[in-house]
Amino acid sequence: MKSRIVLSILVLLTVVLASCTPAAPAQKEIKVAILAPLSGPVPTFGVMTRDGALAAIDEWNAKGGVLGMKIVPIVEDSQCTPDPAVNAANKVIDQDKVHYIVGEVCSKASIPVSEIANAKGVVQISPTSTNPDVTVGSDGKVKPYIFRACFIDPFQGQVGAKFAMENLGAKTAFIMLDQANDYVKGLAEFFEKSFTEMGGTIVGKESYTATDTDFSAILAKIAEAKPDVVYLPDYYNIVNLVTKQAKEKGITSPFIGGDGWDSSDLDTAAADGGYFTNHYSPEDPRPEVQNFVKAFGEKYKDEQGNPKVPDALATLAYDATNLLLTAIQQAGADDPAKVKDAMAGITYNGVSGKITFDPNHNPVKSATILKVTEGKVKFEAVVNP
Amino acid sequence: MQKVSSQPSPVIHEPKASLAWIGQLFLVAVALLALYLVVSNLIKNPILFTQFVVSGLQLGFVYAMIALGYTMVYGIVKLINFAHGDVFMVGAFVSFYAVSRFNLHKWPETAFPGISEGLAVVIGSITVMLLSMIVCVMMAVTIERVAYKPLRDAPRIAALITAIGVSFFLEFFGALNFVFSPRFIPYDRPFEVVAWYIKDGIHRITEGQAPPDNSVTFSNIFIIIVLASILVQFFLQFLVRSTKIGIAMRATSFDKPAARLMGIEVDRVISFTFAVGAAFAGLGGVLYAIAYSSIYTQLGILPGLKAFVAAVLGGIGSIPGAFVGALIMGQAEALTMGYISTPMRDAVAFTILIIVLLVRPTGIFGEPEKEKA
Repeated sequence: MKSRIVLSILVLLTVVLASCTPAAPAQKEIKVAILAPLSGPVPTFGVMTRDGALAAIDEWNAKGGVLGMKIVPIVEDSQCTPDPAVNAANKVIDQDKVHYIVGEVCSKASIPVSEIANAKGVVQISPTSTNPDVTVGSDGKVKPYIFRACFIDPFQGQVGAKFAMENLGAKTAFIMLDQANDYVKGLAEFFEKSFTEMGGTIVGKESYTATDTDFSAILAKIAEAKPDVVYLPDYYNIVNLVTKQAKEKGITSPFIGGDGWDSSDLDTAAADGGYFTNHYSPEDPRPEVQNFVKAFGEKYKDEQGNPKVPDALATLAYDATNLLLTAIQQAGADDPAKVKDAMAGITYNGVSGKITFDPNHNPVKSATILKVTEGKVKFEAVVNP
Repeated sequence: MQKVSSQPSPVIHEPKASLAWIGQLFLVAVALLALYLVVSNLIKNPILFTQFVVSGLQLGFVYAMIALGYTMVYGIVKLINFAHGDVFMVGAFVSFYAVSRFNLHKWPETAFPGISEGLAVVIGSITVMLLSMIVCVMMAVTIERVAYKPLRDAPRIAALITAIGVSFFLEFFGALNFVFSPRFIPYDRPFEVVAWYIKDGIHRITEGQAPPDNSVTFSNIFIIIVLASILVQFFLQFLVRSTKIGIAMRATSFDKPAARLMGIEVDRVISFTFAVGAAFAGLGGVLYAIAYSSIYTQLGILPGLKAFVAAVLGGIGSIPGAFVGALIMGQAEALTMGYISTPMRDAVAFTILIIVLLVRPTGIFGEPEKEKA
């Protein structure tokens, strides 16, 4: 009896000791956590993000993993909410000992996770959080371990301006904005800045409020000013109203907007001839895009069994995961400190464009321009910053 | 009304002379600044100014249709019916369902296949408007019976608060998902919009072709709104002056107990007044939705409040006053949007209300009589 107790204690000790000793060179797998809001307010975002990230990991594993190690994904539901996201981050870092996190989708969840990850030296890349505070701390300094794969809102304004000047040959622009909406304001400000810096003229800037229905006065000014383009970076409901009334006033200047236009509720007849910036288009002919759309569709099917078309979320999650794994490959070791440096200096040709990072760890990459024409939203061009 | 029960009028403390002087100077300064803005811009670019006036007329004539309801109801029961703006909203929604879901505007084509296209559109559109008006009338009469009639002898403030309650009820009940839903809904028009520009005569604007420089544009909706509003105005004048029910309305407005003693069915007259006001609000709602092509359940709040300001400006209780006040409001709003900024327009609208209440509380056409107890 006594010997059995001693024996069991010995066995336990061995197990504990064995697990404590670092299995340094013989490591065979590398863990990557995926924090996605699979429940909560935006579950569809979470599912697409997870699927995009898993698609990337499966591709790498099929090619033999990274640095000869198999990649093991750990998926956690972070609910697009700070508390569950923090719990999930603590769990994967402390319990599962991951060194790399892909996620979260929502800025408000990504920000608290980024604080933890940065403090604990875990590399985090958010696929879709646009808030500048995700990668930059409250002290104004960049968080060295935190990155994102999407462009931030002001960037869309910059790309819109560049597209207007270079592709449409615009010299004059008119800006319409809702002063109360940060998203709209950010895009409009950066459009104005870039457009004037490139030598264009802003011939008018008019604000309205989100509940307005009558835009006749602003449109009269537009008709008077005859700008080459009108920049309207608002959501589709305002776009529907403004473009409809503009058509009736005989305004022919094309409207340009941001990803707020991207909705099935966009009135494509009214917005006909308009352009908007977006993260990606499945119609983009580049091989990276077409291969991804094909691979994703083979892997995931909808309820009717048809191949799923990846949306911007799946694409950005796919790119974020690929960025991370490429950085690990380039660092040459499973060491977050080296991986973060490799990531900061990376050049990666992703589905959503060619990605490098600026000093604030925001990607510098191309944006896709979509055109509203013949009742459809069509791929128009890729604009590099 | 009852001289016997009239309370001793409270002592009004006149502000000190110096303070009143500052206030008046301020008002004069505001008026001069507004005048300067208008005149200088008129000289600078008369064409653009005319364009703003056109959009101001369109707004003003819509407000006129709503303001009539406010002023008539106030004239007869001394109630400011804040739910009136929401009746306007319901009018817009009824026409939306009639057009988008039931294709009511297409009925002449199905019923008489040989009918000419233009006539079919006219009859179809008028049917949609009539349906909206009828639904609004039924709703307003119900509201009056349920919410206002039991409070007719209660203090006036009780009825006013009830009116605000009814207004909120309509807005938020309408925002439920199974009623109208809280979304902004794109509105399908029963007829196509045709626009013209004026420069060396009137020319039609074709799709994708910009009108030439220095031209003023307007659309068929503008014409319809102006005609409908003027028609409503004449109809109302005729109704109030030359019909039996109109005489009854005026009598009820003048002295309710005496009218009752003379054999006038006061309750029926009051219901009728609500019905007429609601019919015009419903028509206004349809035209507003057609003009601006997007509807949501809080659509009626601001036009309703501005029409109320218009009614006060013209002299509440006065029908021509409501009309004139609404046109002034439309111009004030359009010129503010044009020459100051769009978000300022509501501020200007309600500044007008404050100024009117300060300077001439009875409005332009109101008799400067003491309010009855």
